[in-house]
Amino acid sequence: MSRLRADNVTLAYDQRTVATDLDVAIPDGSFTVVVGPNACGKSTLLKALARMLKPATGGVYLDGRLISSYRSREVARRLGLLPQTSIAPSGITVGDLVARGRYPHQRMLRQWSSEDEAVVTESMRRTGVLELSGRLVDELSGGQRQRVWLAMVLAQQTSILLLDEPTTFLDIAHQIEVLDLCAGLHEDEGHTLVAVLHDLNQACRYATHLIVLRPGGEIAAQGDPSEIVTAALVEDVFGLPCRIIDDPESGTPLIVPARRDRGRPTRHPVVSAHAS
Amino acid sequence: MRTRRERLSLRVHGRSVVVCAGLAAVLFAVVVGTLTSGDFELSVPEVLGALAGQGEGGADFIIFTLRLPRLLTALFVGAALAVSGAILQSLSGNPLGSPDVIGFTNGSATGALIVIIALGGGMIETALGALAGGVVAALLIYLLAFTGGVQGFRFILVGIGISALALSVNSYLITRASLHDAVSAQAWLIGSVNGRGWEQVTAVGAALAILLPLGLVYARRLSMLELGDDTATALGVGVERSRFVLIVVSVLLAAIATAAAGPIWFVALAAPQLARRLTHGTGPGLVPSALMGALLLAAGDLAVQRLFPTSQLPVGTATGCLGGLYLIWLLASEWRGKGSYT
Repeated sequence: MSRLRADNVTLAYDQRTVATDLDVAIPDGSFTVVVGPNACGKSTLLKALARMLKPATGGVYLDGRLISSYRSREVARRLGLLPQTSIAPSGITVGDLVARGRYPHQRMLRQWSSEDEAVVTESMRRTGVLELSGRLVDELSGGQRQRVWLAMVLAQQTSILLLDEPTTFLDIAHQIEVLDLCAGLHEDEGHTLVAVLHDLNQACRYATHLIVLRPGGEIAAQGDPSEIVTAALVEDVFGLPCRIIDDPESGTPLIVPARRDRGRPTRHPVVSAHAS
Repeated sequence: MRTRRERLSLRVHGRSVVVCAGLAAVLFAVVVGTLTSGDFELSVPEVLGALAGQGEGGADFIIFTLRLPRLLTALFVGAALAVSGAILQSLSGNPLGSPDVIGFTNGSATGALIVIIALGGGMIETALGALAGGVVAALLIYLLAFTGGVQGFRFILVGIGISALALSVNSYLITRASLHDAVSAQAWLIGSVNGRGWEQVTAVGAALAILLPLGLVYARRLSMLELGDDTATALGVGVERSRFVLIVVSVLLAAIATAAAGPIWFVALAAPQLARRLTHGTGPGLVPSALMGALLLAAGDLAVQRLFPTSQLPVGTATGCLGGLYLIWLLASEWRGKGSYT
């Protein structure tokens, strides 16, 4: 079953078509990860799923109804999105920012119920930013800030969460921290997650359902990473010769790129004379 | 703040309430000072008597014809400009996104000058010209800056361009005018609340009565828009429509205020920033801004009346001087703090 799916959509910005006749169904309760080379339309697909971009043809369906037929607030109660770039207004505290995630549940005269307060506190606890509640968002590190934004999306209390490159600009430790957090949300609370990721190995480790897009926005493969990720697929989609081994930690596929020039030692690269 | 069973729950920023109360108290003192002092000193009972309609002829005239309309115009114009500035600064995410910096005010001036010089209109026509000029300038900026999503910085740059364009048109108009027209144009160009009557009070008061509540209704959407278009949409805000309504509110407030009092610089720029520094609040903070704007202009007008009683200095020059210093300080501290302006 899929609460969220895109039927036969063509995605385009003005004149430039990014993807044609795409069919995507997000399995309920999955941690779906979308990967693909740069500019293959990963983020565009996510935008379409989050009704930020209207498909040129075809339709995106949420709970059986066209997503564009919902009121904006109603979508925001069912589906949360962490965009690639968000702006923290200067001088805002962590607690205030997370509280803004309650907007779709509030009314003009019902702005701050005790439920709102409880949900905001729980969201901050879940993402480990509760003790930062009174701090200014400007003062936080990149990893902390990303967890604050995640807390804001959690405060929206939607069972479907879309994350557009949630690990960009983070160092490796913080990338893993954010992904572990996402995996926890998926496993412990049963959220359906859809994330766009750059790192294939991370995608293979965390995804329960992987969607591999080819340049031109065509689906090259989708399914359980252990079943679909092969050296042939990676070479075909990314143009990267590689070997696939089992990740010694998780047993998931691990992509090991081939050396640039097989058979020659790389200790003395040809270009080293110019590189200083 | 909640009622039992939570039918009604409002979120109130504690410090903002204290600041608003403080501003209101200072504002009250300025109001009393303005009504009682002057060439003819009036006691508080005399003022109250006049306000209650039982004053003697002299006090009645001084209050109702001279002091009260001028005071109310200052209060309303100050509040309108401040709310306009608060909305625009929040939308553009930049303290420079204020109607006087980005050309609404100069556009209003162009409209007014065309009426004064080319059409030879009177006071009412001039005000209508100013209103039209401000709206046209705003429309131009909107069309040039808002196609394909908004970027705050682009909005401000386009606005500064339009402002410069309007300014040169204004200078040209004055060079083409007869001496008499040029003098009255120049007089209009220095914003003042001196000699304003009940027509101005009613016009700006009515605009505030309609537009301020509309602004307050949209204030929560405005604080969501501050998070960026994508996040605001994700949280269920109709981004395009909300932004359009808010810009219309902001433009009309600025244009009507300018139509009533002429161009008054820097109140719209400084009042929201000062209010924000006092409340430590985030979000647009329309109510503290409105109070701060009213206070700045009323206190400024009281100061020029008392400090320069003989020269009838217009309040526009005072706010211009103080605001200029504030702008320099703002830019200097912003750049010191960030090292760049991105």
